[in-house]
Amino acid sequence: MSKIPLQFRHNGRDVAIFVDGGTNLLVALRELIGDMTPKFGCGQGGCGTCSVLIDGELHLSCLTLAETVSGRSVETLDGMKQGPNLHPLQRAFADNFAAQCGYCTPGMLMAAKALLDRNPSPSRDEVVEAISGNICRCTGYEPIINAILAAAGGRVSA
Amino acid sequence: MTRHRGRGMASINYPIGMNLGGDPSQALVHSNPSGKFTVALSSIDLGQGMKSVTRQICAETLGVPVEDVYVDTADSDTGPHCMGSFASRGTHRVGNAVMAAAREARGVMMEAAAEELEVNAADLETDGRGNIHVKGAPHRSISTKDVAIAAQFKQGKTISGRGIFLVPLSNVDPETGEMSPATCYAHACLVAEVEVDDETGEVAMVRMDSAYELGRALNPRLVEQQLVGGAWMGVSHALYETPEPYYPDPAHGPRDFVEYLMPGPGDICPHDIAVLERPAPDGPFGGKGPGEMCANPVLPAVANAIFNAVGVRIDDLPITPEKVLRAIKAQGGARPQARR
Repeated sequence: MSKIPLQFRHNGRDVAIFVDGGTNLLVALRELIGDMTPKFGCGQGGCGTCSVLIDGELHLSCLTLAETVSGRSVETLDGMKQGPNLHPLQRAFADNFAAQCGYCTPGMLMAAKALLDRNPSPSRDEVVEAISGNICRCTGYEPIINAILAAAGGRVSA
Repeated sequence: MTRHRGRGMASINYPIGMNLGGDPSQALVHSNPSGKFTVALSSIDLGQGMKSVTRQICAETLGVPVEDVYVDTADSDTGPHCMGSFASRGTHRVGNAVMAAAREARGVMMEAAAEELEVNAADLETDGRGNIHVKGAPHRSISTKDVAIAAQFKQGKTISGRGIFLVPLSNVDPETGEMSPATCYAHACLVAEVEVDDETGEVAMVRMDSAYELGRALNPRLVEQQLVGGAWMGVSHALYETPEPYYPDPAHGPRDFVEYLMPGPGDICPHDIAVLERPAPDGPFGGKGPGEMCANPVLPAVANAIFNAVGVRIDDLPITPEKVLRAIKAQGGARPQARR
């Protein structure tokens, strides 16, 4: 099968790769670009840990054909911290003990960022709704919800 | 269709670790020439915080700042032996082993410091900020870093310690078979309030109130995290999760997260937790372990709450809407019990 050339923005940087037809975005990011922050969970859209932002909108990278992001902007957890500083959401996750084993954390953070980017002061119900496509095995969700609300309210340690 | 509220309670005694073969774990502690300490373990941190807790235990025992201790759990081929991270045994078993290793390393460190300060090691104490000084004369002081350098390059000593923890073998009474397989028990009590829909059989969690007695909480935030998350896992086992829904018939087993159900963020409920601390005599700094026991009381409490709500006794997990509906039908309708 012939390779398809693909160009898009990855965390603010232009990237160009060749993908096989049918390659999903998760595989392209992890294996061709080397960004290991989106995780492979179920591979069928059931767990949310592969979540990324495409043009600012939350998508499951395991269900996204890589070629559909041609010319678009893809954001992953790898691009979240600002220089040496953690993003306020990352700080809030640490402050609120919102990660244990950490496998869901990249997807949770992307879902949270997608929410706060369009709604900077969400209600608790809106936070619950925003992460409802993401499964967490360890935390019981409560610390994650609290962390997102804390980040939205500016209650984050320096 | 009616939604019935019910409340159920359960209490548990939870044995920490197991007895088989003494349930041992080992730890090795050594200093680097920088004056920082490494704890080598084969025990694995699954995210429950064992690295943090063993780091605290080591720093406290050595008398050095927690920042000066690094816990390496990288490799079970090269690390000292551990039975594993299960049965809530990490804090208690591994913590005790780390404490023993750190105590031995501290002895060598104090001897090395005594040699540098030309005093008796028994007259020295640590200040917990990275210095060792003569008791009552803090100006006669040396940093742990300088002690480590002196031990390494001058005295030819390794500041190191070995630790193992083994529970005493439980004797079996030949007449009765009675034995005490555990040396240390944690305890919990949980009240669950649920709402049962008698048309769909669905059970929704309304709230939980619990008290956990788990020895000294060596890291209160980690304990809280474990209890919050663990109770949710208990709810998940009570109401949702199973690999074999028609056990022992393996048919219709789940193949993915669409079929293997777990509650999502919209299914959680308020949970008020009280932590009671009764230090364990044989635990490291009194710690027991909140590991698995945080999930255990939830299952019977939820089953009892469902009985209280609609009068059906489901003794087969998970308590799915199908089982609730069949049981309600078999008894000719919901029979709410007296409100408790």
